[in-house]
Amino acid sequence: MWNYTNSVIDHFTNPRNVGEIEDANAVGEVGSLACGDALKLFLKIDPASKKIVDAKFKTFGCASAIASASALTEMVKGITLEEAGKITNDDIAKFLGGLPEQKMHCSVMGREALEAALSSFSGEEVKKHTENESPIICKCFWVDEDKIRRNIRENHLTTVEQITNYTKAGGGCGGCLPDLDRILREEMARAGATAGSRIPGDTETGKPKKMTTIQKIALIQKIISEEIAQPMRNDGGDIELVDVDGNRVIVRLKGACSHCMGASATLQHLVQQKLRERVSPDIEVEEARDA
Amino acid sequence: MTSSPVVTPPLIYFDNNATCAVAPEVIEAMMPFFDKFYGNASSMHFFGGQVAKHIEHARAEVAALLNCAPEEIVFTSCGTESDNHAIRGAFEALPEKKHFITTKVEHPAVLSVGKYLTGKGYSVTQLPVDKQGNIDLHELKTAITPETGLVSIMFANNETGTLFPIEEIGAICREKGVLLHTDAVQAAGKIPLDMKKLPVDLLSISGHKLHAPKGIGVLYVRRGTRLHPFMIGGHQERSRRAGTENVPYIVGLGKACRLAINAMFEENNRVRTLRDKLEKGLMEKIPFSYLNGNPHWRIPNTTNIGFEFIEGEAILLHLSAAGIAASSGSACTSGSLEPSHVLMAMGVPFSYAHGSTRFSLSRFTTEAEVDYVLSVMPGIVDKLRDMSPFYTQEIRKQAKAFQH
Repeated sequence: MWNYTNSVIDHFTNPRNVGEIEDANAVGEVGSLACGDALKLFLKIDPASKKIVDAKFKTFGCASAIASASALTEMVKGITLEEAGKITNDDIAKFLGGLPEQKMHCSVMGREALEAALSSFSGEEVKKHTENESPIICKCFWVDEDKIRRNIRENHLTTVEQITNYTKAGGGCGGCLPDLDRILREEMARAGATAGSRIPGDTETGKPKKMTTIQKIALIQKIISEEIAQPMRNDGGDIELVDVDGNRVIVRLKGACSHCMGASATLQHLVQQKLRERVSPDIEVEEARDA
Repeated sequence: MTSSPVVTPPLIYFDNNATCAVAPEVIEAMMPFFDKFYGNASSMHFFGGQVAKHIEHARAEVAALLNCAPEEIVFTSCGTESDNHAIRGAFEALPEKKHFITTKVEHPAVLSVGKYLTGKGYSVTQLPVDKQGNIDLHELKTAITPETGLVSIMFANNETGTLFPIEEIGAICREKGVLLHTDAVQAAGKIPLDMKKLPVDLLSISGHKLHAPKGIGVLYVRRGTRLHPFMIGGHQERSRRAGTENVPYIVGLGKACRLAINAMFEENNRVRTLRDKLEKGLMEKIPFSYLNGNPHWRIPNTTNIGFEFIEGEAILLHLSAAGIAASSGSACTSGSLEPSHVLMAMGVPFSYAHGSTRFSLSRFTTEAEVDYVLSVMPGIVDKLRDMSPFYTQEIRKQAKAFQH
């Protein structure tokens, strides 16, 4: 059984804004019966103020698909088109207090339906696969290369399994898994070259840039607290940053992890590898000597 | 994973093909073997020796359920182990044979062994099934070659309950001189299995599908069948399955088999009648619902119905909120992104494969529980269809006509 948040259960059990809007001026439809989930989003947009005055949906899918659609309608009501255009799949997941990793594709479906609705309003033709330059990579779920690349970038995906969780690509016959691996490597190589751009305030340039010491410490702190400490807490452990001295990063293990025989291996492999990938290739991680 | 609280009854349990309640008599029979008679059957002293007698009594009870000789019963840890033992053990004992035949709708315990053999250089034939889940016997006949070592075809399908004609399949295998294994995990205890009549060489049983606990299984090995041991070590089970005997569970399984023999009539009458009432009721009350499986040739406790235009996980969670436990062949519940391999092999259309729901009963199921499901299910389907983009106005009109 999935570990759904109370918010997901609430939006699934009592979905908001179910139905159709008769005089909708923006409709977005994604998914299919074959894919196992589908979403039709109806928006009523006030042409003068460019605000979304009403939103309703119809969905076919599992609990998290229904909850994502319900959440999306709540999120877009009353906001401007510009604001709606900035909603990411991660925003939808966060609105629900998170989704199981394997269900992230439900939030992606929400964002795609929103995008389709917004482009239908602005009169843009919704791109059909036949007119699309981007080749279909996953033939089971009909996922094209653009969608895969975009999800890798936007969600900072690092494994093929995550690509499947977010886009469903590779979740059928598995024939495209080597292609997904290739695309992932290309995208990660790209991201590696622009690693500096992940620092807040530097996203505009997208070019490698030397970090200041403060930026570097901030980035290390962010990675340790968000990407390393969080999963460790689920196992009763914790980790904190003690100091940064040049390329030496000193951390302290706490809770269950501090007594664990595998602790140094955890440090070596997990923390160092992550920081080397994301911050600088010559980082050395050490455990604080004092206990 | 954070731990979620254990939900206490009342529970309306319609998922007996997944696992079922241990019968109170079984628990009672097992208890003394944890703290009073905890000896090792292999020991020379009286304390171990008396335990061996109880193992042999249990073996005789299993043999009675199968109408076979007690020496043909090998205790294992589960159905999956029995399947692995049968298939891998048979091929190890037949090094010159390199071809394995099975079906597309087997349990993963058999399908995965097929994949394993493929990786080892064996050729594996997976027989297709028709819309009701039946194989074509002629296709089986032509698939067997001089290279074929073993055919493994399930007795009853776990998702649809569809029975396979094992007697005829066995006759074909005998004629061609190949061994036959059948995974009878869903059939044992629900329908009579007579090994004196069935031309089967190897047969798997799982304890927890017939009111014994999880962690005990059986592999029936017909006398004279060459089979390589799967678990090697001590000389237990006449060196066919090493490892200290799991005495309490073996005793429990023996008791469960005795209870199953006594309840066979009830399974095929009262339980079948309840299943039919549930199935007929749901299909009458709910338009656009379709039966998956062979309607006439099924185990008596299982029904699998596809509800069109909606998705299974959503159905199950609404049922669960109403205290009802059932199962689904939808993508989201099969642990993958595609609907169940069984429904796909049967060619069930996506429009109701995703919404397919399995209700599996047991002799503990009551008529009041069936009535409760019948009272709850139509509302759940309506609620989900109301929000489905595929349940259009035109279809809704047809549904109204259906109900008049």
